[in-house]
Amino acid sequence: MSTPTAVALEDAKVAFRLGDGRVYTAVEKAHLTVAQGEFVAIVGPTGCGKSTLLNVAAGLLKPADGSVKIFDRPLAGLNRDAGYLFQADALFPWKTALDNVAIGLEIRGTPRAEALPRAQKWLTSVGLGAFANRYPHMLSGGQRKRVALAQVLIRDPKILLMDEPFGPLDAQTRQVMGNLLLDLWNADRKAVLFVTHDLEEAIALADRVVIMSAGPSSRIIGDWRVTLPRPRDIFEVRLDKEFHALHREIWSVLKDEVMKGYAQSTQAVEAV
Amino acid sequence: MSRVTLLALQVLVAVVCIVLWQFFSTVPVFGKILLPPFFFSNPVDVFSQIVKWFATGVIWKHLAITLWESILAFVIGSVGGVLVGFWFARQPRVAAVFDPYVKMANALPRVVLAPIFALWLGLGIWSKVALGVTLVFFIVFFNVYQGVKEVSRTVLDNGRMLGMSERQLMQHVYWPSALSWMFSSLHTSVGFAVVGAVVGEYLGSAAGLGYLIQQAEGVFDVAGVFAGMFVLSAFVILIDFGVTLVERRLLVWRPTASDGRG
Repeated sequence: MSTPTAVALEDAKVAFRLGDGRVYTAVEKAHLTVAQGEFVAIVGPTGCGKSTLLNVAAGLLKPADGSVKIFDRPLAGLNRDAGYLFQADALFPWKTALDNVAIGLEIRGTPRAEALPRAQKWLTSVGLGAFANRYPHMLSGGQRKRVALAQVLIRDPKILLMDEPFGPLDAQTRQVMGNLLLDLWNADRKAVLFVTHDLEEAIALADRVVIMSAGPSSRIIGDWRVTLPRPRDIFEVRLDKEFHALHREIWSVLKDEVMKGYAQSTQAVEAV
Repeated sequence: MSRVTLLALQVLVAVVCIVLWQFFSTVPVFGKILLPPFFFSNPVDVFSQIVKWFATGVIWKHLAITLWESILAFVIGSVGGVLVGFWFARQPRVAAVFDPYVKMANALPRVVLAPIFALWLGLGIWSKVALGVTLVFFIVFFNVYQGVKEVSRTVLDNGRMLGMSERQLMQHVYWPSALSWMFSSLHTSVGFAVVGAVVGEYLGSAAGLGYLIQQAEGVFDVAGVFAGMFVLSAFVILIDFGVTLVERRLLVWRPTASDGRG
């Protein structure tokens, strides 16, 4: 393929030193690439280290072994080409929605007078044009996610890293947000690495679905291409035959890992 | 309960207390006055004392001095608390070294420092300011320290991923977080600034509300003591009201308790 590689994890291993001196290996030899313009979803059971992998791509975590390349250059420090959408609330609570979005530009030295109208435009495109002066605590969970999305996208990052961004939202809001994300993504097709535990969400959104095994020392155990036509509507695509076939196929692999993951987490509790 | 009923009931409490006080200090019950005027004075005397202070204008000088001391104590204590709090929070090693001494200094009842401050700084306003500073400093210090330490990990990571430099993190993340903690303790720290000023005056001074009360007490002028206390209470309530206004302006972004969060 001639399209350049946006993110390339090569044999990345992530390990943490535990309090008692032992080393806990979260992810073992992960090999993962995201091409430019490609939407890749990582799915795995809880505690499999999928967020860890995302943090490695973001430069928030350093791999113990292996390499991380961003547009074919080794990553040193934080990934400046990436925008990161967090699972938890990450907005600045002391800034209004408008200021929260504008800050991404202001950091770069864009004058405030120029940053504010652009922030307003982004708020409008995520459907919050009328909420510019609200503080985060005055917004609902879904609205806060919209602000966070605008905050990341206004900087026009080449890569989007998303850590179960819609995890805390209710089912309907998740679907609405998924459609919004697809609409925005369709405009300029950034490379996306999207972590989720929801297989349906992954298939509906992504071009490729990557499955991780249960942790610890989890590995990537599957990689499926999703050929559902774009643009997609998340509500519609779930009714598609191809969607169901793919879902059944991936789930047959994922199910075992989910069971293993549960077994391990319950064992861990008993051991304590 | 509507606002009017509430206010009416609140006023009623004061009226009942004052009437009872007046009654038992002037009308004998079973041939005996339950609240002897020598120890308890009576509301009419206290009120006329307050009126006299304001009519002659003597009170303004004392109020101004106490206010000025409180303001100085608050400003100096806050600035010190913010600076040291920030420094300790960003330099865990420094914080660890000084930790036992900070705890020791904070455990000390500040009143015992008053004579030393009087000795060092004289009987003028600065010994009272110093006493207030020792009280305000620790409140602000602990809050700012906590505020900087407890910045949400996610918010911090978000700032980094958005490309903030250390300086920008300071400006956009640490600083607002620390200030919000400081403002949330504003009532306490302003209150303590006044306490420092009044206690200092009480223990040795030539002017101020504390001095006024202490003078009245010195000549067994109980009406004067009560009058001083009432003026002081009104003074503190006024200041507290001002703080509430400031707070409302500065902490708009904060969820209130009724939002069910933080």
